[in-house]
Amino acid sequence: MKSAIATLLAAVTSLSAVAADEVNIYSYRQPFLIQPILDDFTKQTGIKTNVVFAKKGLIERVKREGKHGRADLVLTSNFSAMIQLEELGLTNPIDSDTVDKNIPASFRDPDGHWVALTKRVRNVYSSKDRAGKLTSLSYEELADPKYKGKICTRSGKHPYNLGLVASMIAHHGEAETKTWLQGVKANLARKPQGNDRAQVKAVKEGLCDLALGNSYYFGKMLEDSKQKAWADAVYINFPNQSDRGSHLNVSGVVMTKYSKNKENALKLIEFMTDNKAQNMYASMNMEYPVKPGVELSKLVASWGTFKEDSLPLSEISKYRPMALKLIDEVKFDL
Amino acid sequence: MQLKQSLSPWQCMAWLIGIGLSIPLAFLIFEALQGESEVFSHLWQSVLWDYTRNTIVLIAGVVVLSAFIALPLGWLTAYCRFPGKRVFEWALMLPLALPAYIIAYVYTDLLDYAGPVQIWLRQQFGWQGPDDYWFFDLRTLPGAIVMIALVLYPYLYLIFKTALREQSFKLVQASQLMGMSPAQSFFKVSLPLSRGAIVAALALISMETMADFATVHYFAVSTLTTAVYDTWLGYYSLTAAAKISGIMLLFLFVALLLERMSRKTQVVHERQSGVNDTHLYDLTGYQGWLAWGFCMLILSVAFFVPVGILLNYAWHYFEQAWNAEFFNYALQSLQISLYVSVIAMLVSLLVVYYQRIEPGKLTNLPGRFASTGYALPGTVLAIAVLLPLTLIDTKLNEWLDGSGFEPGLLLSGTLFAMIFAYVVRFYAIAHGAVESSFVRISPSIDMASLSLGKGRFQTLTQVHMPLLKRGLLTAGLLVFIECMKELPAALLLRPFNFETLATHVYQYVSDEQLELASISALFIVLVGLVPLYWVNRSMEQHN
Repeated sequence: MKSAIATLLAAVTSLSAVAADEVNIYSYRQPFLIQPILDDFTKQTGIKTNVVFAKKGLIERVKREGKHGRADLVLTSNFSAMIQLEELGLTNPIDSDTVDKNIPASFRDPDGHWVALTKRVRNVYSSKDRAGKLTSLSYEELADPKYKGKICTRSGKHPYNLGLVASMIAHHGEAETKTWLQGVKANLARKPQGNDRAQVKAVKEGLCDLALGNSYYFGKMLEDSKQKAWADAVYINFPNQSDRGSHLNVSGVVMTKYSKNKENALKLIEFMTDNKAQNMYASMNMEYPVKPGVELSKLVASWGTFKEDSLPLSEISKYRPMALKLIDEVKFDL
Repeated sequence: MQLKQSLSPWQCMAWLIGIGLSIPLAFLIFEALQGESEVFSHLWQSVLWDYTRNTIVLIAGVVVLSAFIALPLGWLTAYCRFPGKRVFEWALMLPLALPAYIIAYVYTDLLDYAGPVQIWLRQQFGWQGPDDYWFFDLRTLPGAIVMIALVLYPYLYLIFKTALREQSFKLVQASQLMGMSPAQSFFKVSLPLSRGAIVAALALISMETMADFATVHYFAVSTLTTAVYDTWLGYYSLTAAAKISGIMLLFLFVALLLERMSRKTQVVHERQSGVNDTHLYDLTGYQGWLAWGFCMLILSVAFFVPVGILLNYAWHYFEQAWNAEFFNYALQSLQISLYVSVIAMLVSLLVVYYQRIEPGKLTNLPGRFASTGYALPGTVLAIAVLLPLTLIDTKLNEWLDGSGFEPGLLLSGTLFAMIFAYVVRFYAIAHGAVESSFVRISPSIDMASLSLGKGRFQTLTQVHMPLLKRGLLTAGLLVFIECMKELPAALLLRPFNFETLATHVYQYVSDEQLELASISALFIVLVGLVPLYWVNRSMEQHN
């Protein structure tokens, strides 16, 4: 009876026929960002890549699917997603000399549960006309009343802003960060809305003088015919250069605990940490490669070198839940 | 014809459907009851009240605005003759094919400070900066109300128009003879007679509004729906998210209760066949053009302008936006929408029929259980669906262990999960439409059929279904179009290498680059138009 059912099921589903040479990816990053890299990987290795992209909820899906899940990798756009997967016990240690050689220790989990692939800075953009270049600006200063009604940002609950708030808590403690958040909220030109690009647009429009945004958007906007004018209206500033350095976030990858294609998954991770893919990230997405020695895109290089906040990501991510709580407490988004 | 109180096959069927479709919710409620939730009490103390207030204002606003748009339109097209009426009659359904987040995006682009409208105004009046003049900000709660009402009013329009058409014409004619003005007749005869249909449509609209995520999120308006997302994906607390969904369910029950109460008072069973082009009012001269102008205004704002802008995007970004994969995405979208609408039609028909043939205290329960999935935002629903399906998958794998075949995620990792979720989500739409059509068939027809020796099943297939054709088609059509637009559930439940048009568009919208997906967005509209046209034609022929 059981075997009859098994045969029947096998006949009506093609699921059992898992192709030997593929790798399944859950991606928080848009396909158009990563597809070229994946295509190149397939060309080199013959391994087929299958992607499911979503902005939200993939972690939950991995969790629900458990040991029968088919995802081998999760590509994330921020560090807290990776650390969340690790905390849920859904990751499989990445054990590879290649990865260890390519990626500095501060950008991977000591036990290999996650690996960062690209770096991005949380910059402050300033209006060329009304604010000028702000070389000595700090994140702390964004709460200064002199900027009242002049600051734009996306939702405080977005991972990029949560990361920044978490790093503020790590450096200053909860109470001080709450006061800082209230100060920034009081300085907002409008309710937090839109994405990072939209903030730069708002500066160009004259709605605000300063805007928070990730570094790579600046490069991508300069390449877009419609958005170039927005980017041309602002300077990119790296905050806190005179003290701890600018806040970094990373995109990265984890291998899932129940991956059925561990070898292929590892090959892809190694590929992504190597020169070719790191170069593509740098040149096409205007991000900072994690692998030392990989050349920046000309445009990104033209923004100059800067000091990075050296506090480990794993330390900052501890404060993420608290950051979210503070955002709600001060009603930052409302 | 009192049936014995044993289990009839109809009863089993209806209860199976009712329980089957509410299983995901049951799992979610179970999740909500898991222990206390620190996160929830923190939210309760900080922002939950703001979210609830925003949700109430949003729903009330959309309901009122939809009524203001749709009721006059429904009445005009059902009872009047004026220039362009035959075109408007079906064209006014077009906005249904547009996802709310797309029109929100398009209008934001058009009306914000850097958009063409305000630039032109500044040039005309010599204003320099944002401080020199006042212009409304679209990305606000009122803005969200307008956007959502513009794409949801067709529900009310469609259902109200159908109700008017199926009402007794004689009553309205009688009111005319008694010297009532058109307005009096509208308020004293037509509206009260269609109250059930109107409330049903408004209940649908409010549920649909409550489940909207993309639009309010884009406008940065915090509602309970966005709170569910934040809580579950930010605080990582499914328990607290489920508790917030519980608040939303209360809203839903209120909506369903209102709908039921309005039905109670309605006992008009008269079927008028051959309601076709008879019209009661001839609007000539300026009245006719006024009617034309009103229809044209709504249609332009809700459809022509946004589609025009999309066409403009598509024209300018054709190189980047043209993509041979469209046909594939379109096909996959069509495929899933078709499955779901057929299934939803059939199951709602069975459940509503059971309510009809065995009236009793409990018979309405299966339908109500099955309708609960509608108020859940797509993402939450997706997880609620995954909970039971993965459980079954896991058990199945355990059971087949050693048989040499490992099915893997047979239910939760395939298209089945998506179809199931969509049926759970959209059952309520089909149920509402089928039920309001059934109500209008007099029970004496059933008795006649039974006394002539037909069985229950034959009565359904041979007597009711022909009479219900229009209601069923409307139900199927509404579900179909909703499936084409559905986004959050699709994002989370897609199997590998499966994209719908909506998910494809969304990856660009989320990057504020709709221009690059403008052609796919137009495809969603286009594919939604095909069934609209088809259903309309079949109705015309039917008449």
